[in-house]
Amino acid sequence: VGKWSRAAAQQALSEDVLLEFEPFGNLTLVHITDIHAQLMPVYFREPSINLGAGAAAGLPPHVSGSDFLKLYKIEPGSPHAYTLTSEDFAALAKTYGKMGGLDRIATIIKRIRSARGDNMLLLDGGDTWQGSYTSLKTKGQDMVDAFNALAPDAMTGHWEFTYGADRVQEIIEGLSFPFLGGNIYDAEWNEPAFDAYKMFEKGGVKIAVLGQAFPYTPIANPRWMFPNWSFGIREEDVAKNVESARAEGAELVVLLSHNGFDVDRAMASRIEGIDVILTGHTHDALPEPVLVGKTLLIASGSHGKFLSRLDLDVRGGEVKGFRHRLIPVFSDVITPDADMTKLVADLRAPYEAELKRELATTQGLLYRRGNFNGTFDDLICQALLEVREADIALSPGFRWGTSVLPGQAITVEDLHNACAMTYPAAYRSTMTGQMLKDILEDVADNLFNKDPYYQQGGDMVRVGGMGYAIDPEGAMGSRVSKMTLLKTGEAIDSAKEYAVAGWASVNEATEGPPIWEVVETYLTSHKVVTPEENRSVEIIG
Amino acid sequence: FIAMAGLGVGPAAAAAEDTEKKIMDFTGGKAPESGKISLTAPEIAENGNTVPITVEVESAMTGDDMVQSVLILADGNPNPEVATFNFTALSGTAAATTRMRLAKTQSVIAVAKMADGSVFMDKKEVKVTIGGCGG
Amino acid sequence: MATSKPRVKVPKTASAGETVVIKTLISHEMESGQRKDKDGNVIPRKIINRFTCEFNGQPVFSCDIDPAISANPYFEFSAKVPESGTFKFTWVDDDGSTYTDEQKIEVK
Ligand SMILES: [Mn+2]
Ligand SMILES: [Mn+2]
Repeated sequence: VGKWSRAAAQQALSEDVLLEFEPFGNLTLVHITDIHAQLMPVYFREPSINLGAGAAAGLPPHVSGSDFLKLYKIEPGSPHAYTLTSEDFAALAKTYGKMGGLDRIATIIKRIRSARGDNMLLLDGGDTWQGSYTSLKTKGQDMVDAFNALAPDAMTGHWEFTYGADRVQEIIEGLSFPFLGGNIYDAEWNEPAFDAYKMFEKGGVKIAVLGQAFPYTPIANPRWMFPNWSFGIREEDVAKNVESARAEGAELVVLLSHNGFDVDRAMASRIEGIDVILTGHTHDALPEPVLVGKTLLIASGSHGKFLSRLDLDVRGGEVKGFRHRLIPVFSDVITPDADMTKLVADLRAPYEAELKRELATTQGLLYRRGNFNGTFDDLICQALLEVREADIALSPGFRWGTSVLPGQAITVEDLHNACAMTYPAAYRSTMTGQMLKDILEDVADNLFNKDPYYQQGGDMVRVGGMGYAIDPEGAMGSRVSKMTLLKTGEAIDSAKEYAVAGWASVNEATEGPPIWEVVETYLTSHKVVTPEENRSVEIIG
Repeated sequence: FIAMAGLGVGPAAAAAEDTEKKIMDFTGGKAPESGKISLTAPEIAENGNTVPITVEVESAMTGDDMVQSVLILADGNPNPEVATFNFTALSGTAAATTRMRLAKTQSVIAVAKMADGSVFMDKKEVKVTIGGCGG
Repeated sequence: MATSKPRVKVPKTASAGETVVIKTLISHEMESGQRKDKDGNVIPRKIINRFTCEFNGQPVFSCDIDPAISANPYFEFSAKVPESGTFKFTWVDDDGSTYTDEQKIEVK
């Protein structure tokens, strides 16, 4: 721990410094994941609270803010403090600028390809096709076109499936690389529906890349959109596939995973023979690999902020050594690749006017990530309470969505970065206090269950109009207390009914206007919004 | 994000002693050992109305080394009984898969009775959840 | 009432003594007897209560079924194939009806 940052901190920010990398060993893995359809550079604030449960408590990635800076010996205010933590984010964002952009990413990949020749694999961990206005309008086609141009060697997925089974199949048939998912089964006949792994030969090394899609896709997202596919962790299948890949001669076994970091950490300790896990889904960015037994866990962040480069020396069927860098994609420092700039501009051209349309101005930072609150979700909840005339608002604890800096206009693009999805209906219904409690307890257990195999990897459902206290270490059913209706200050009555508005229901035929219409109505009537620190969730225990 | 449909609250869940009694009726009063039998089920049910479960029992399935039957129970359903699989020498392998209903989070239990009278048990907790959030 | 149509997957061929995997599905609502209609009356139980598989008249696998088995019951199991012959599958309904299917397998 620490070597990475000292080296980086001593040097000024320049493209050569960012990308300088003495090649090592005989092959290179490049990992990108959870870009959530961000073609352009973005602001993205990392979480200030990211608690771990059970054995993972206090271990990376469950370290945030100043603790993270201390752990990795990163200087506050440095470029790496800006990219990896929430500390002083708004101010540092003005200094260091936006992150990502597919044309910058293309530059980095081309540079590594030219240094490594064919001895390289580019692997995409999924959550690639969803998360922006243009991806929603094109049903993911903009991302498919852009990634076909990047030419990855394989991908797996999660939010991809929310375009529905037919669309997913249509896209996959046209991909120039495999979509892997050994844990996706045909639900009717109980047999694998996707290829589990693909063998490659690079640098004289036989490599097996296993794909693991998000195990809880049919629970976290609408199952009715892909009723014939069943997912799950299926640890025994992963173990079996590792074994059969080794039997086919694999000298290096790579799990391209959308399990979420804690599930991957557990899997690495329980399954023999995986050399590298390229983690995804939980959006963690770690400057150094985490080593579990002999398995290297790589966490490459989200939204195009980072790429991971992992050079490996594989000899005699064994990893003899590695060199790793989490490459931060500073958009003002890295030269855009002209071909990709043009492709992205062409993809966005039909929507450009609408993307730029300004809805309101924010006086404070809008962000989403954090276990309990984010100002962007507070804004969505306020809009739901006001526009849908509800007592209580619920907004799902998604980890995708970009940030808007204080003083900036909130555009249609910014709004869609927080809510572009295929089941956006903003419902209004009545729920008893008991139902609300059951929902909070259930989501809390999906986030804080001590056994990572029972975790789903989102954040806590965001609540407007109601305060509560939570003990993350508590048992299922007893974490949540002190539920209070904020407008009256009264305790929530388990038998009483409340008007509840929310969005992104996984139930089929949910009725209501799309969430972006609700938030647009709110923003255009207020013109200026002033996000404040949310004090209605008390963390206890 | 809310999906609470489909699980319909039924009569009170099977009491632990009811489940225990069903096991003892099946084994003839013998307490099952662990080992030999493995029950595979998802950690979290995608749909409480149709949860896939697989049982496999180590056995040559010839001569005396034979699995007679496997009892499946669920200790949190209105009634604990789920199914009984009966195997023969022509089964080749003592393994079977089916799909079952789970009213709520609970343990699924599989008990194997061998030809020599020995009994083995495995158990797996399956969570039934509301779901709906994600990264 | 809806007809209960069985579907079965059996390999067409096997080598002598090979153990093959068989998959069966039958469309059936599996009314558990625990649900109530909108007037509060219990909807009577009506399930498939037994499934059997035979090979050339000899028992291979059977299952005694309770209402906790899902609608459209699915069974996957294995069968040792000593010789060419016919698998016979039978589903028994609470109402006394039985549904059957037969599949040939050739030993090569
Ligand atoms: Mn994901
Ligand atoms: Mn993601």
